Amino acid sequence: MCTICGCGNTNEDHGHHHDHGHGDNTGHLHFGAGEAGTSAPGLSQSRLIRLETDILGKNNAFADQNRARLSGNGVLALNLVSSPGSGKTTLLVETLKRLAGTVPVSVIEGDQQTSNDADRIRATGAPAVQINTGKGCHLDAHMVGHALDRLSMEEGGFVFIENVGNLVCPAGFDLGESARVVILSVTEGDDKPLKYPDIFAKSDLMILNKADLLPHVDFSVEAAISHARRVNRKIQVLQLSARTGDGLAGWLNWLDGLRTMQVAAKPSDLAAE
Amino acid sequence: MHEMSLCESMLDILKDQAARDHFSRVKRVCVDVGPLSCVEPEALQFGFDVVMKGSLAEGAALEISRPPAEALCLSCLETVAVRQRFDTCPLCGSEALQVTSGEELKIRELEVV
Repeated sequence: MCTICGCGNTNEDHGHHHDHGHGDNTGHLHFGAGEAGTSAPGLSQSRLIRLETDILGKNNAFADQNRARLSGNGVLALNLVSSPGSGKTTLLVETLKRLAGTVPVSVIEGDQQTSNDADRIRATGAPAVQINTGKGCHLDAHMVGHALDRLSMEEGGFVFIENVGNLVCPAGFDLGESARVVILSVTEGDDKPLKYPDIFAKSDLMILNKADLLPHVDFSVEAAISHARRVNRKIQVLQLSARTGDGLAGWLNWLDGLRTMQVAAKPSDLAAE
Repeated sequence: MHEMSLCESMLDILKDQAARDHFSRVKRVCVDVGPLSCVEPEALQFGFDVVMKGSLAEGAALEISRPPAEALCLSCLETVAVRQRFDTCPLCGSEALQVTSGEELKIRELEVV
């Protein structure tokens, strides 16, 4: 039997042209081809491959690239996450107005659709890139890398990345940011940190926004902080109202502190000079 | 539903691995999904079936293992099992727990032909 095609032709010179059909009327039946197309008695056709591959590995590699690129340019990136309507864009607009002329700032806006938020940012004079994720529920490091291509990064500046409004999906996706800031408005429940623990566990700072509405809502600042600390002992907390401007100074100080820490963390550059 | 994009990442990994290890079809994918990994196993299963359609892993079985999550209690210094990030220490009741494992999200093994 021919060991290549399994036919009964013992002549070694025969071709494997396959003009003969493999239909039922040929009297030619194929067995032993198996799932892999070949067969060896006693051996299973399937095999096991041990991987141990991180499913987020690709995103994390892009995030590392972004981080290296940002820090190489002396730029701090902040990933702002929250549920829709917490006031992220208002906070950003007010922050940009106050930083204008002192620190170079640019913004990456993530939304499923529209460029409304980027338009609001550009109205302050800051450059903004809008990423529309389509049906996507979060930004990933690859998208942010492309957005960074379109921004000029100036030494000592900030890039604010406004993630898609969603307290669930952005949690697992590192974008290459220096710090992650979760914004919780007081019109939401103070138990949100327990309901959506992942995003609070992965954030460096929690901002309690719309604090001017506290007298009108059943929101306990103490409870919110205690809940957040239960999922993340190290989380820092600021309370402010982006609309009235109360507490914004604390936020600007926090940003300034972050920049000081970044400069302090790069003594090797100075030593090399 | 970020599980969908995680399934797309899994498909990328399978394709890369197929080129490296010379296989044409995936019959089974074994993954470890830690209880603190921000992934819902049912959503991952749903996304897997949808994303793998028409690929080398169409019809493949997804086996999800859930390795236990552990934390170090900073009060009694014992390593304890936790199920959620806000669990308290089952031994001393302290809230000062530092999670040490349970965030795994990886492909452990493939069965291929």
